[in-house]
Amino acid sequence: MSRRIVPIGPYHPLQEEPEFFKLIVEGEKVVDLEINIGYNHRGHEFIAQKMTYEQIPYLVERICGICSNSHPLAFVLAVEDAAAIEVPLRAQYIRTIIHELERVHSHFLWLGLAGHFIGYNTVWMWAWRYREPVLDLFEMITGNRNHYAMNKVGGVRRDILPEQVPLIEKALDEIETKTHMFTKAILDDPVILARLENVGVLPKEAAISYGVVGPTARASGVAIDVRKDDPHCAYDRIDWNIIVFKEGDILAKTKVRLLECLESLKIIRQCLKQLPEGPIENRVDEIAPGEGIGRAEAPRGEVFHYVRSDGRNSPVRHKIRAPSYMNIVSNEVAVKGYSIPDAALCLAAVDPCYCCTERMVAIESGKVRYTGKELIELSIKKTEQIQARYRK
Amino acid sequence: MNELAVKLQDEILKKFPKAKIFKHNERRLYITVPKEQIYDITYFLHKEKGLRLSIATGIDTREGFEILYHFSQDKTGTFFTIKVLIPKDNPNVQSVAPIFKAAEWIEREMYELLGINFIGHPNLKPLLTSDDWPPDKYPLRRDYE
Repeated sequence: MSRRIVPIGPYHPLQEEPEFFKLIVEGEKVVDLEINIGYNHRGHEFIAQKMTYEQIPYLVERICGICSNSHPLAFVLAVEDAAAIEVPLRAQYIRTIIHELERVHSHFLWLGLAGHFIGYNTVWMWAWRYREPVLDLFEMITGNRNHYAMNKVGGVRRDILPEQVPLIEKALDEIETKTHMFTKAILDDPVILARLENVGVLPKEAAISYGVVGPTARASGVAIDVRKDDPHCAYDRIDWNIIVFKEGDILAKTKVRLLECLESLKIIRQCLKQLPEGPIENRVDEIAPGEGIGRAEAPRGEVFHYVRSDGRNSPVRHKIRAPSYMNIVSNEVAVKGYSIPDAALCLAAVDPCYCCTERMVAIESGKVRYTGKELIELSIKKTEQIQARYRK
Repeated sequence: MNELAVKLQDEILKKFPKAKIFKHNERRLYITVPKEQIYDITYFLHKEKGLRLSIATGIDTREGFEILYHFSQDKTGTFFTIKVLIPKDNPNVQSVAPIFKAAEWIEREMYELLGINFIGHPNLKPLLTSDDWPPDKYPLRRDYE
């Protein structure tokens, strides 16, 4: 059968960041994938080398709008590692709470979009409806719904006030009930299962070779989680579990994310209970020469920051690696062998930060074959076919 | 330090006698090796010891280009950072991408931003810069303006 190319992107398929996926297809089946990135390259590493340690958290916060706590957290951990700076215990707990709230809102965002791609707009609406209370919590604690500006070298910028604690706990109760309801509704639905099960499988060997991180790795049986392996903040003082599944398909990735939300809520509750008294930051006057590595478990996996200091006000070198950098390449394996209607979901399953769904075109011999809207329609049509089968 | 990490540290010294180990703290080790050994030590760490390449960092220093391969031993939470120094007048080093896919993109990135040539890379072409970027301009070099 003749091979054809279905380009997705660069501006852009289902993801927020512009990437260019070239699906090489035989009929309906995807046989190969080429990935081009760089359409959104802003030179953060270069800019950071010209900014001060006080300014960089604001810069790296703007790398991504969804995990806007993970990057500054990894950066301050790197600087604290390089210069051996102690952080007060209360600040460690507050960092943990913000970090976990971020995970809940990010996983809900993914869930909603995944629902939308398979034609379950109810899932989309509901997931985003219950993401709102999390954003409200952020607004109450940090003053912002996004870009929380909580981290600084040596501590955090804002305290959690005693009168806020019962309000947070009340909101957590609501989120927990809804997460349970959601998990049951999704895992009980035969049509959703048919769309997600055994689709986009990433085998364990491939996961190791590609070095994938976060829920993508944990759904393929690779039990890595920075929070457990290399405990930072207050994670080693809290009782919680890593969620690991062996299957590697999209269903496993969904399960990992759903169950992780529940673990996150558990962590936040314990943090609020144990929250110690004391200062929220240590004064840092200068950064000693040296090098340091900081890593944090973002909703999508390990965020890595490396900082080298020569004692001046700004770093000599600042290396940033976001989790999607490792995860997106693994699509080469995960999408092969599946049909075009599944491709949209497969490419989105690693959760590579997304948003604009309208910008996808497929060109065949110079003519537009599928637009982004049509690809989603294709996906929805497949769901309807499966639904019809179940009705018979 | 964790027992497993200490054991691995000893094994590295035994297998690669030229390696110099600097212990920054309990979970961060920096190991300098000659650039000729980078393929062998990567093979040893990933294939035999199961370490994961988190990422690599390329730095332009006065002495030459430094590449830091950050290997994460996930069982102990220890970072084994392998350092190699590449002379500026001959910026060539053996690629580790044939060993595992994780190194493919980052080597392409260092190739375009620092101008280091990775010998044996399966697909060495620019990753991030635009198609019309001049081929002799390297943004992360010290002399870049």
